[in-house]
Amino acid sequence: MAQTSHGVGGLSYDAKKRAWPAEFNVFLALVILVVIFELIGRIFLGDSFLFNTRSDVAGIFNEARLQIIILQVSIVGIIAIGVTQVIITGGIDLSSGSIVGATAMIAMSFAQVATVNGNPNPKAMFLAQGWTDLPVIVPLLVAVGCGLLAGLVNGALIAYTRIPPFIATLGMMVTARGIAKWWSKGQPISFPTDSFAAIGKGLMPVIIFLSLAVLFQLIMTYTRYGKHCYAIGSNEDAARMSGIKIANHKILVYVIAGILASLAAVVLSSKNLTAQAGMGVMYELDAIAMAVIGGVSLSGGRGSIIGTVIGALIFGVIISGFTFLRLDAYYQEMVKGVIIVGAVVLDQWRQRMRALRA
Amino acid sequence: MSDIVLKTENLTKRYGGVHALEGANFELRKGEHVAIMGDNGAGKSTFVRQITAVEQRTSGKIWFDGKEVNFTGPIAAREAGIETVFQNLALADDLDVPSNLFLGREKVLFNLGPFSILDRRAMRKATEAALVRTAVKIPNLSNTIRHMSGGQRQCVAIARTATFASKLIIMDEPTAALGVQETAQVENIIRTLKENGEPLILISHNMRQVFDLCDRIVVFRRGRIVANLRKQDTDGQDIVSYITGAKTGEAELAA
Repeated sequence: MAQTSHGVGGLSYDAKKRAWPAEFNVFLALVILVVIFELIGRIFLGDSFLFNTRSDVAGIFNEARLQIIILQVSIVGIIAIGVTQVIITGGIDLSSGSIVGATAMIAMSFAQVATVNGNPNPKAMFLAQGWTDLPVIVPLLVAVGCGLLAGLVNGALIAYTRIPPFIATLGMMVTARGIAKWWSKGQPISFPTDSFAAIGKGLMPVIIFLSLAVLFQLIMTYTRYGKHCYAIGSNEDAARMSGIKIANHKILVYVIAGILASLAAVVLSSKNLTAQAGMGVMYELDAIAMAVIGGVSLSGGRGSIIGTVIGALIFGVIISGFTFLRLDAYYQEMVKGVIIVGAVVLDQWRQRMRALRA
Repeated sequence: MSDIVLKTENLTKRYGGVHALEGANFELRKGEHVAIMGDNGAGKSTFVRQITAVEQRTSGKIWFDGKEVNFTGPIAAREAGIETVFQNLALADDLDVPSNLFLGREKVLFNLGPFSILDRRAMRKATEAALVRTAVKIPNLSNTIRHMSGGQRQCVAIARTATFASKLIIMDEPTAALGVQETAQVENIIRTLKENGEPLILISHNMRQVFDLCDRIVVFRRGRIVANLRKQDTDGQDIVSYITGAKTGEAELAA
């Protein structure tokens, strides 16, 4: 029947003509970016971006830089994993940054020590109730509960009232930020327990980010949930006609995004040893940008967690690269904006080229 | 009665004061291919939408597979074995062929609720089998639907109906948007379905196609069935007269 292992019905095809996975192009962009920084560094600074040039440190690569590249994008990266799933389903989530703020405040207030330097902890909101020095599982569950609730509200609004995800999550963005400020009347909350502080210590954010990325990449590829995400983002009517319960699925997607944002809040507040109402401002946009740079289509149906991870790394390389070149932080933001738009333009162009060849 | 797959009695649908479908009596026997013809707005698609429960009928009865049925929605109708190839192809552009064939009814290795692990190999095998059975030619199963021609897309949509051993296939103008070659490909698939003895309702405007592929022709005009003719008892001219209303058909049906 088939001339090749894949062709059906007697048709053969040239396997080499198969399109590269979109992630490959994103990875190529990452490599090119690193090479550019390496070249500029060698030529103008006489220093290497990637490799170890110091004799007092062992190793071929500049490990400190590599760690920072990924560490500084890990927390937003955790959010981006959830945002990627939302965008693939054809939605958008603007509330993640505010969920980080609100969750950080609420979770941190359940992770307080009883005494600081022998005095009662002035920041512990629940000192009177005796809710101090709680096991780390308590603030963790509280955080997951916050994310779950926020995601549930987002998802239910979108699934049942049929308002656009942009509006529903914009509402949550403003509301959750309000909750973050109201919770401690604008006061920062510090003095977490050692067990809570351990969550975000050292390279823990990187480990958490990459583990979650692997987990969700597998889920998106090998489970019914993942398949339905792509189906709904690709053609919602077709998905509905095929018997997929759209409302339930959407709620689940936003709940997962909310929980991931709340996990990011735990890692962030643990790493900083404090929670502030202003935490996570603009994180939602950075997370969306990582996804978009990573090849996730804003019109839904296309993209992957791997792509988003590479998108996050591109972010990290740009920030580290600018620091390496001793350029002002102002330039970083300007360039970030250009790269976001550039990534989408390139993706559209690539899609058009592909359509022309087909 | 036993070899009747689908039967409707006085099937009626009104949208407010608009009588879209009036007292349609229709029968389909095992292995039979029936064409539904008629002008735009004659009630063809309305008729199909009542059978597939995309809309709920105003009155009348439907028997399917020997039982009287009241489907609550298109999914219930599909589960009972009525597969529809829609005019606007119900395919997800960004998924490959097996994923589209099994959309909403994936084979799973481990059942973990929404996070059930998919059995991708089994779905791929079943897809190849279905494509061979329907003689559909698709060069690469891993290609997404987006990268396929209109004909290939239509073939995938039709192959989907054949994958699930459906008891009745309904096609709503399956070749309306296709080129000559692609139309021929779809028509070949329909012939294969005929050889396999799968009953089919084909809505089409293409007279040649209808005479080529179907055993019987049912003509709708202004919401009523005005003709129900075996292919060998009629010709194109005759059918056109019924469609345009030059012949009313009331005398013949009463006789």
